[in-house]
Amino acid sequence: MYQTKNNRNCFAKGLRDGIPIGLGYLAVSFALGITARKAGLTAFQATLASLLNNASAGEYAGFTVIASQAPYLEMAIITLVVNARYLLMSAALSQRFSPETPFYHRLFVAHFITDEIFGASIMQEGVLNPFYNYGLAASSLSLWALGTCLGVLVGNVLPARLVMALGVLLYGMFIAIIIPPAKKSKVVLGLVIASFVFSYASSVLPVISALSEGNRIILLTVVLSLIAAFFFPIEDQEEHS
Amino acid sequence: MRHNTYIYIFIMFAVSYALRALPLTLIRRQIRNRTIRSFLYYVPYVTLAVMTFPAIMEAGGTPAAGLAALAVGIVLAWFGAGLFPVAIACSLVVFLMSFL
Repeated sequence: MYQTKNNRNCFAKGLRDGIPIGLGYLAVSFALGITARKAGLTAFQATLASLLNNASAGEYAGFTVIASQAPYLEMAIITLVVNARYLLMSAALSQRFSPETPFYHRLFVAHFITDEIFGASIMQEGVLNPFYNYGLAASSLSLWALGTCLGVLVGNVLPARLVMALGVLLYGMFIAIIIPPAKKSKVVLGLVIASFVFSYASSVLPVISALSEGNRIILLTVVLSLIAAFFFPIEDQEEHS
Repeated sequence: MRHNTYIYIFIMFAVSYALRALPLTLIRRQIRNRTIRSFLYYVPYVTLAVMTFPAIMEAGGTPAAGLAALAVGIVLAWFGAGLFPVAIACSLVVFLMSFL
């Protein structure tokens, strides 16, 4: 009984927290829909792709593959590379599940791992209630699919500066997620600053800037997090703060 | 010959879902190793920070607009503003600066 009520509360909170995410998604997926139409997808196909993939960079790369009618194997490899960061997020989330949570929730939560849903759900204190993730997904990923559909159907009617401003919502959210813990922990603060510096450097330096954006994200995440883990291992209580 | 679009979409789905589901379903217990736990604890912050910068400078239309949005976002979040206000403020900065 208590559990059911708690689940409902978590779902409701997820729905609320998902709204700003969804607004950002609407703008980004709208732009994505325009790409899909150029690649020759129908509104139905593009919407289906969004419902099944929930990935901005991944879908963008996928539509590029479809546009060029490359071999199926290439689609598999590109999706693997661009979306590889979800592997890390999935591993991180696996540590937040309570042993009492039924197994099938892992299968559903997995499908809804996006950068933003991951970011919002790891901000929750204590163990993860999957219904919070479902709430986030319901209010945000529905708009992700809707935006893709609208992008194909109505293309370029929104003023460009509005689409651009809406797209920045997502970055604003990322900032709102990383700054509060950075204020509390000097290590996280240093890590955030180092991430900005190395991310910028890797986008302009030769060789490394030739890598795709997705690969640079993976590389920097692994290297910087490993260094931090070696030199500043966390205390037990930190994980839940 | 045109490839089948539905097969393309299915391959995208199969690969993305495998990436998302495998660690979650295979790692069922708490990891004891302190270094691995620390690594997984730091991963989200690094990923989100790396994805934010310098990408926000491109998303903002001009680097100046993106940097302004970043600065406003950091200041607001530092002084306790929530997810939605910070996101809206960053967006508004970019929208207003596009008229300059």
